[in-house]
Amino acid sequence: MHLVIIGNGITGVTCALTARRLRPEARITLVAEESPHHISRPALMYVYLGHLRLPDIKPYEDWFWAENRLELVHATATAFDAQARTVQLSTGASLAYDALLLATGSRSRPGQWPGRELAGVQGFVTLPDLAQMTRDTHGIGQAVVVGGGLIGIELAEMLAAKGVAVTMLVREAHYWGSVLPPEEGALVQRQLDAHHITVRYATELDALLPDGLGRVRAVRTRTGEELPAQWVGLAIGVEPNTDLARTGGLEVARGILVDELLRTSAPQVYAAGDCAQHRQPGPGELAVEQLWYTGRQQGETVAYAICGQPRPYRRGVWFNSAKFFDLEYQTYGRVPARPDPAEHSFCWQHPSGCHLLRLNFRSDTLAVTGVNVLGLRHRHETWHRWLQAGTPAPQVLAELGAANFDPEFFRRYEADIVAAFNQQFPQHPVVRQRRTGWFGR
Amino acid sequence: MTTAPVSPVSVPEKLLLAVVGLGLLLLLPVAFDADAQRARLCFFAALGLLSAGTLGWSWWKFGRGPAGVRQNNLWLRASTARGALAWLMAVVLTGFYVVLYWFSADNGQGNFGPLNQLVHALDPVSQALRHRPADQWFLYGTFYTLAVLLMGGRALWKYRHSPYQRVRTASVMFFQLGFAFLLPGLLLAFQRPEYYFSYFWPLKYDYLFPGTVGYLLKDGGPALGVFMVFWGAVMSFVATPVLTYFFGKRWYCSWVCGCGGLAETAGDPYRHLSDKSRTAWRWEVRLIYPILGFIVLVTVLLWLGAAGALPGWFTTPRQSGLPLVSGLSPVDGLSKVYGFFIGSIFSGVIGVGFYPLMGSRVWCRFGCPMAAYLGLLQKYFSRFRISTNGGQCISCGNCSNACEMGIDVKQYAQRGEPIIRASCVGCGLCSTVCPRGVLNLENGPREGRYQASPLISADSLRILG
Repeated sequence: MHLVIIGNGITGVTCALTARRLRPEARITLVAEESPHHISRPALMYVYLGHLRLPDIKPYEDWFWAENRLELVHATATAFDAQARTVQLSTGASLAYDALLLATGSRSRPGQWPGRELAGVQGFVTLPDLAQMTRDTHGIGQAVVVGGGLIGIELAEMLAAKGVAVTMLVREAHYWGSVLPPEEGALVQRQLDAHHITVRYATELDALLPDGLGRVRAVRTRTGEELPAQWVGLAIGVEPNTDLARTGGLEVARGILVDELLRTSAPQVYAAGDCAQHRQPGPGELAVEQLWYTGRQQGETVAYAICGQPRPYRRGVWFNSAKFFDLEYQTYGRVPARPDPAEHSFCWQHPSGCHLLRLNFRSDTLAVTGVNVLGLRHRHETWHRWLQAGTPAPQVLAELGAANFDPEFFRRYEADIVAAFNQQFPQHPVVRQRRTGWFGR
Repeated sequence: MTTAPVSPVSVPEKLLLAVVGLGLLLLLPVAFDADAQRARLCFFAALGLLSAGTLGWSWWKFGRGPAGVRQNNLWLRASTARGALAWLMAVVLTGFYVVLYWFSADNGQGNFGPLNQLVHALDPVSQALRHRPADQWFLYGTFYTLAVLLMGGRALWKYRHSPYQRVRTASVMFFQLGFAFLLPGLLLAFQRPEYYFSYFWPLKYDYLFPGTVGYLLKDGGPALGVFMVFWGAVMSFVATPVLTYFFGKRWYCSWVCGCGGLAETAGDPYRHLSDKSRTAWRWEVRLIYPILGFIVLVTVLLWLGAAGALPGWFTTPRQSGLPLVSGLSPVDGLSKVYGFFIGSIFSGVIGVGFYPLMGSRVWCRFGCPMAAYLGLLQKYFSRFRISTNGGQCISCGNCSNACEMGIDVKQYAQRGEPIIRASCVGCGLCSTVCPRGVLNLENGPREGRYQASPLISADSLRILG
C-alpha cells in the first residue's frame, strides 16, 4: 500500500507515524511545500524571539524519517486525480497512491482592506510568514497588530521584545472576547499593560496607507484615526486551505467536507486537521477544528481508517492551552465566553491579579462542565476524568488538590478557592480533603 | 532566512557591562604590578567592580519589569550563540585553568608563577579565614565562590517567578559558600584537614582512597577524622541511594554539588548550548560509564594493594617511558592517570572552559562518575520522574532547549511519556520554560512510573538506541 500525505504538519505526521506503527510494510510518502521536515508551527514565535533556532523546532531529528522509512518530498502538490489515483507535483513528477490524505492546513485570512498588498503587511501562520516578518521588521519603530486572539497577542509579544511600540486593534470589548469571559480578559489585559502594549478595543481597521515606496506607513481605523506603523500583522483568524481539494473535485464548503472517518467525497481520499470540515459535528462541537491537538487526533483517525481498523473520530473532552506573555492558560471542557443559563459559573481570582480559576457546572445536577485556569497549572488526566464522569462541583472542589500540576514550592490556592466557593454557594458546602501523608500524590 | 532583529542594548545596560569589563581589566595590573600594596588595592577594586557590575546588570536585565521566562535573543547574540565573543570567553577560561593547574604551583618560595600577585592579594582574606597565607587553590576557590554567588544573584532575579528555581538557586549558593569555601577554610584555621563535606566519592575520588583515609584519621584527630571518613563513606554508599530513591539525583546535582552549582549560576547563560542530538547521547553513554568503571577499579585496586591482597607486580614502583607515571607502581600510576585526565583535564579545563561552546554541563554529562552512579540509581531505583501533562504538548522545543544535560525532553513530552533519564539533574528548567504547563518534577510512587498518558496514543518508534 502506498499512502501519500499532503502536508507535514502535526496532522500529516501523526497519520504517517500511526500508519507506520499499524502497517510496518506500508510505503508512506509525505509531500510538503513549507519545509522539508516537520516543524512545530506554534513554536515559530520562539525562533523570532531568539529562544530557539529553526532546527530546534523540528519535533524529530532528521535521521528519524529515513530510519522509519517515511519518504519526504519537498514540493507543492499542484493537483490530484481521484480517478487515476495520482498526485501531480510542482517538480513535474506524479505520485500514484492507494490512499491519499489531504492535511493541507490553514492559511491566514487575508481580509479585504485597501492596502492589503503593501510591503510590511502580512499574516503569521507559516514558515514563509516568519521569514517575511524577520526580513521586514528590522529597524522599525511602530507596528500595528489587527486581531485580538492567540496569534495577535503572540505578534505583540514578539514585536515588543524587539523594542517596537505595538498597538493592537481589537474588534471586541475585551481581549479574545469570543472565547474568554470578561474576568479572564481582564487578567490578560494586566499582562498587556505590564508589557506596554496599547490595545484599542471596539476598534476596526479601515485601510492600510502606503508610504509612496509600496510599503505600509500607517493604518486608518473606522473612526478615521491614523496610527503610524511600519509593519502591520493581520491576525484575524485562519481559513482552511482547500486549493488542492478543489483541483480533485472534492466537495468543499468552508473546509473539505469529511464524514466521521474523515473520508472526503472521493474514494480513498481523506482530509484531516485544519483543512477539514465535519459534515456532522457532534452537539456543541465545531465543524472546523484548528488546533494542534485536534490535528493530532484527526491524523490518527485517518491512519486507523486507512489501515483497516476504522474508528470514528471522537474529539473527546475539549482542552487547550496558551500563554499570554507571562500568564499561562489552560482550559478543560467547555467554558463559553458568555454564561450558559443552565450553568453556574464560579470564578475565583487571587488579589494579585495573577491567578484565576473558573469552574462551570450545571445548576441542576452540579456536574462540572468546564474549567479555565490562568496562572495555575492543572492536570489534564484529572480533569478529563472529572468532566467525563460529570463529577459534581462540590466533590471536584473538595479534591481540587489532585488536579494541581504546579511545580514544587509553588503556593497552593485550594484553601482560598474552596473558601470563595463556600461564600458564593453556601447551599453546596465543600469540605476540602487534605492530602494524606508525605507522598500523597 | 535572515536573522531576526535583536532588541537594542540600552545605555544603562551598556554602562553596567562596562563596569564588569573594567573590573576584569583591573585584574591585569594585579597580575603584573610589582608593587604588592597597589596590586592588592587593584585586586579588591576589581572584585568590587565585578560584583557591583554583575549584580547591577542582572537587576537591570531581569530584576525590573514583570517576572517571567526571559530567554530573548539567546540564539541571536554572539556571546550566547557560539559567536566570536563566546570563543574568546572559552579561550580565556580554558587558559585560566591551564595556568592554574600546571603553571601556578608554589615554587617553594611562595611564588605562584603567573598568578603570584593575584594569590598574594588574597593573603589577608586567607589569613583571616584559614590562619595561613593564600595559595593558588584559595584564589581559585574564591573566584569560584564569587562566580556562584554573583551569577546566583542573576539566576535569582532571572527566575524569580519560580519558587522552585529560587529555592534551588539559594541552595547551591549556600552549599558553595558554606560547605565548599568557609567550612574547609575554618578547618584549616583549626589545624584540621581541609575537608569538603559536600563532595563525595566517586566525584571527589580520593576521599575513599586508602591514602586519604589514613591521612584524615591521622590529621583529623580521633573524633573529627573518624567522622570525616564515616561521613564520606555513609554519604557515598547509604545517603546517596536513599536520597536518590526519594528525590532523584537532583538532591545532589542541582542542589548541593559545587560543579552543579557553578553550572546552574555562572553556566546558566550557556545551558541551551548542550547538544541534544542522538549522536551526543551515544557519546555520553560511551564516556560516562567507562569513567565510573575506571574510578571504581582504581579504588578497589588501591584498597586491595593496601591490604596486601595484590601480587607484588601491581604495587612495585617502576620506571617507564611515560613521564606522568614513571616511578609509580601500576596501581598508583592508574590513579595518577585518572587524576590527570579525568580529575584535571576533563572536569576542570574542559568542564568549565568549554561552557560558552558546549553548554554548562559538559563534565556532568560526559564525565562525572558521581553523575553516572546517581544516574543509574535514578533510572532504576527511584521514585523521581518528570511527568507530562496529558495531551497539552505542542512540540515547541523550549524544554529541550533549556536542558543543560542535552536531553531532548520534547521527545517524551510530545508522546505523553514521563521523562526518566539517568542524566536528568532535576534543575526543573524544562518545567519552568514550558509555555503550556506540560512538565512537572514529581517524586511520585514507583508504581506506574513509566506509564504514558492515555490522552495521547504515543507512537512506538524509537528515539534513542
